[in-house]
Amino acid sequence: MHPAPSIIIFTTLSGAGFGLLGLLFLGIGPFACPAFLWVSAILGFGMAIGGLLASTFHLGHPERAWRALTQWRSSWLSREGVLAVLTLAAGGIYAIFLLFGGVAVSQLGTIAALLSIATVYSTAMIYAQMKTVPHWNSALTPAMFLASALSTGLLALTFVASFAGPVPAAMVVISIVLVILAWGLNLAMWRRNAETGLSGVGSSPETATGLGALGRVRLLEAPHSSPNYLMREMVYKVGRKHAQKLRRLALLVGGALPLVLLLLAGTGFAEPFWLLLAFATHLAGILIGRWLFFAEAEHAVSLYYGHR
Amino acid sequence: MTLLPETTQKKLGLAIDLDTCVGCHACEVACKEWNTGGYGAPLSDQDPYGEDPTGTWLNRVHTFEVKATPDRGASESGTPMSQLSQLVHFPKSCLHCDDAPCVTVCPTGASYKRSEDGIVLVNEDWCIGCGLCAWACPYGARELDADEGVMKKCTLCVDRIYNENIPEVDRVPACVRTCPAGARHFGDFNDPNSDVSKLTAARGGMDLMPEMGTKPVNQYLPPRPKHDIDLIQLAKPELTEPTADGGLLGWLDKALEKLG
Repeated sequence: MHPAPSIIIFTTLSGAGFGLLGLLFLGIGPFACPAFLWVSAILGFGMAIGGLLASTFHLGHPERAWRALTQWRSSWLSREGVLAVLTLAAGGIYAIFLLFGGVAVSQLGTIAALLSIATVYSTAMIYAQMKTVPHWNSALTPAMFLASALSTGLLALTFVASFAGPVPAAMVVISIVLVILAWGLNLAMWRRNAETGLSGVGSSPETATGLGALGRVRLLEAPHSSPNYLMREMVYKVGRKHAQKLRRLALLVGGALPLVLLLLAGTGFAEPFWLLLAFATHLAGILIGRWLFFAEAEHAVSLYYGHR
Repeated sequence: MTLLPETTQKKLGLAIDLDTCVGCHACEVACKEWNTGGYGAPLSDQDPYGEDPTGTWLNRVHTFEVKATPDRGASESGTPMSQLSQLVHFPKSCLHCDDAPCVTVCPTGASYKRSEDGIVLVNEDWCIGCGLCAWACPYGARELDADEGVMKKCTLCVDRIYNENIPEVDRVPACVRTCPAGARHFGDFNDPNSDVSKLTAARGGMDLMPEMGTKPVNQYLPPRPKHDIDLIQLAKPELTEPTADGGLLGWLDKALEKLG
């Protein structure tokens, strides 16, 4: 699949934003410190809304984007839009009470936190529902998206929490656990991708053309002499060339490096600095992983264009 | 509404005969010609006369080679396996699936399947051009128009088939009307007595990628195994010397032969 930058930024950034906000809505962090509340709210809402805005950049008609809120009965993309709006509304009210009234309405916070999780889940389901892309069509996709949203969100929250003084050891420990979980799920997806794919669900040029009974099918002439929309969008192959290198890079930058930085932060020396670096490197690694998520995925239509 | 209808009164669609298709691409051109001036936005081209032309087409003809393997397509007359192969021209457009995944993923309600005749259409005034329906389709039947930013797809020439302003003979999709080989047939698959239903039953019409669970309406009629025909034997009459047996021509033939 074509790895559109707007979609990669949307899924990672709004994931991190909703992850951070979900944790904040649950009352996690030094709530007595106004700087923590303001910065985490601005960062959380900023990333969530920024990501959602980025997603409109690839639309042919962004001015009609509001229509995407109407078909929640059948469409995961529509559900994602509706849930994002509800989360931002409930969370926005919670944040107004918190920042201007100094009150944390915990019931509202719990609702907003659940909505945040549901939003990230429905983002993942946009891809996980695709039977045409067997690499995505599994429960690992929402698990990986949720774990990544929580790990990037918690690392951001932990960094902001360090404004109020030393961060509780539990926050650093849970951050380490979530970083490991996020990459564990990415590794599980990569392993599954090596074993499944289009052939894994029984699809081949033979089933695509129905000519299997006559023998082995090979594309002799493409319909046109130059590439078309379908080939640019769904028969993208560049990513697979460097996949192994990029996987190692993602694991190093997004996994090993933040773990070392979190351990350094655990020593208590220059804590905010290490925590900021840990968040930035982890997010960068998750971005590389998300690029691979799209670039490596095989689409059924490629079977009509010589892919096997 | 992107929920699919439980059932449709008619199941309009195409039966495409892979045995007769000659791969002339006329259906593609007729489709583009009709649909660029018909329903919705034109089908744009980018750099059409330049080095790297590309554009929106609702129908594309691929050409495949099918090579027999020891377990598939084997010969009954003992022809060596390595020599068995055939060429299949393969036109592909929207299959107007019963379980159309492109419809249910649409977030705006722009994509819909009509309950009266089963045609899958796009309301281009509502389409936001997110491209998700094209991802959901295993057949590559939907293309996002680069100029208009909306999704284009086969309409089964909905503006021809019910059009009382054109002669009755023309009230079929443009691709069907133009096909010089008679490889494309249009009709109602819900009616067991329709031409397309009878053709499908007689020729063993098949679904493309049934494993995707889309339940396509369009049916493909498989090619007969041409690779088993002995071309030399077929050409024999042409290779032997012509002779005239009787009458004036026979006498003349023999007389001229004697002259040497």
